[in-house]
Amino acid sequence: MAEAHNIVRVAGVAKTFTMGTQVVTALRGVDLTIRAGEYLSIMGPSGSGKSTLFNMIGGLDKPSSGKVFIDEVDIAQLDAYELAWLRNRKIGYIFQTFNLIQVMTALENVTLPMTFAGASQDEAVEKGLELLGLVGLRERHAHKPQELSGGQQQRVAIARSLANTPAIILADEPTGNLDLTTGEEIITLLKRLSAERGVTVISATHDYKMLNVSDRVVWIRDGRIDKIEERDQLNISVGAIGTREE
Amino acid sequence: MAQSQGAVSAVAGRKAKIARQVVLPFRKSLEISLQNIRVRFFRSMITVASLVLAVAFLSFTLAGADVAAGLVRSGDPSLRAALAEAGYDVPPLAAPGLSPGDEAGRLGASPKERWIVILSLLVCTVGIVNAQLMAVTERFREIGTMKCLGALDRFILRLFLLEAGMQGLAGSLIGALGGITVALAAGLVRFGAAAVGQASAADLGRTLGLSIAVGAGLSLLGVVYPAVVAARMRPVEAMRSQE
Repeated sequence: MAEAHNIVRVAGVAKTFTMGTQVVTALRGVDLTIRAGEYLSIMGPSGSGKSTLFNMIGGLDKPSSGKVFIDEVDIAQLDAYELAWLRNRKIGYIFQTFNLIQVMTALENVTLPMTFAGASQDEAVEKGLELLGLVGLRERHAHKPQELSGGQQQRVAIARSLANTPAIILADEPTGNLDLTTGEEIITLLKRLSAERGVTVISATHDYKMLNVSDRVVWIRDGRIDKIEERDQLNISVGAIGTREE
Repeated sequence: MAQSQGAVSAVAGRKAKIARQVVLPFRKSLEISLQNIRVRFFRSMITVASLVLAVAFLSFTLAGADVAAGLVRSGDPSLRAALAEAGYDVPPLAAPGLSPGDEAGRLGASPKERWIVILSLLVCTVGIVNAQLMAVTERFREIGTMKCLGALDRFILRLFLLEAGMQGLAGSLIGALGGITVALAAGLVRFGAAAVGQASAADLGRTLGLSIAVGAGLSLLGVVYPAVVAARMRPVEAMRSQE
């Protein structure tokens, strides 16, 4: 895929929530451009607004002001069908809590987005098995989520996010519910998929293991972008991971 | 293959076309709803329990009237007497101007019984709305996930309506058969085998059909509000719940 074009552009996005009588500002004007094919991490402590930003980029929530462009299309202008299409084909979501559909098997979870996209049953099953193979779970395709470990569930979720070959994978705290080693495996897998398939990976996280694989890191603090670091800047500081927690 | 599809659809990204590009075939929705019922079988049973009981009561009352009507229609004075003794509103002697058929028709229309049946169906509908609201709430996360995967509001609506329809049909079939069986058994005990034989199969068939239709209708009526709430929910709200 072409490295040149900007796949996501966030312009002056602000978001306020009303909680009872109180108005909480989650984002106070964020500008960000994400290039196609890059692996970007949005870092920040909990409550910094990174999940809110994540929801805005994914079209799951609407900004109070400002605009989000995906492939230079303002997603606020999209109707329900187009938004569903965007979520179905353009973006793959990965969540902290995996969010697999509990009543379906691993394979059915992976094939569901393909069914929505109009693929035939055979096509979907074939591609679903291939994707499960990609994440190393082909043999476990008939298992329900409860019969899989956390790491395996997250791998099924990754396979599902790839179902319709999306251009963007959005991962919200993908390692948040996993132990250290499993988290590392998931990160390596995401990095590998991003490199092999040229998918843009955007992850909101406060897991410092993510730093190693990120092309760019956006630090969010109090609803604003604190700083953006490129990969080469990062390499210097990675050695001192422990000291980074300010 | 899928990639080329994606590229083509990206180029032809017109609204009308997009509307047709996110689909859930009817067969697949049926499959998903069936699977939902199967996997959450115990939960579904609780949801339909009140419906089964109410429909059983309805069909019991109707079938009881069918049996009584059969007795009156037979014209046998001893059966008439037995019926009057059992508390049915029949004079010991047939009224001169009234044919047995007319009298039989009047039997089914006891206003008190009708009122109790309507009341029980009303209570049952409230029960279904309550049970379905709970069932939908339990599935907010699943609904949110489906929306993130590209499901349209009407997919969600359809899944819930299909499920409720199937639950309603199965529940009212069980309830109706149960009610009729008990009514016939009661008739057997009270009036004997010969008397129950007088009940018209067509009447009983009509009772079965009516009970099932009422039950399935109530089940659908009960799920409309919960399903609309679920379908309209925005994905973030759905995901945020239950955390």
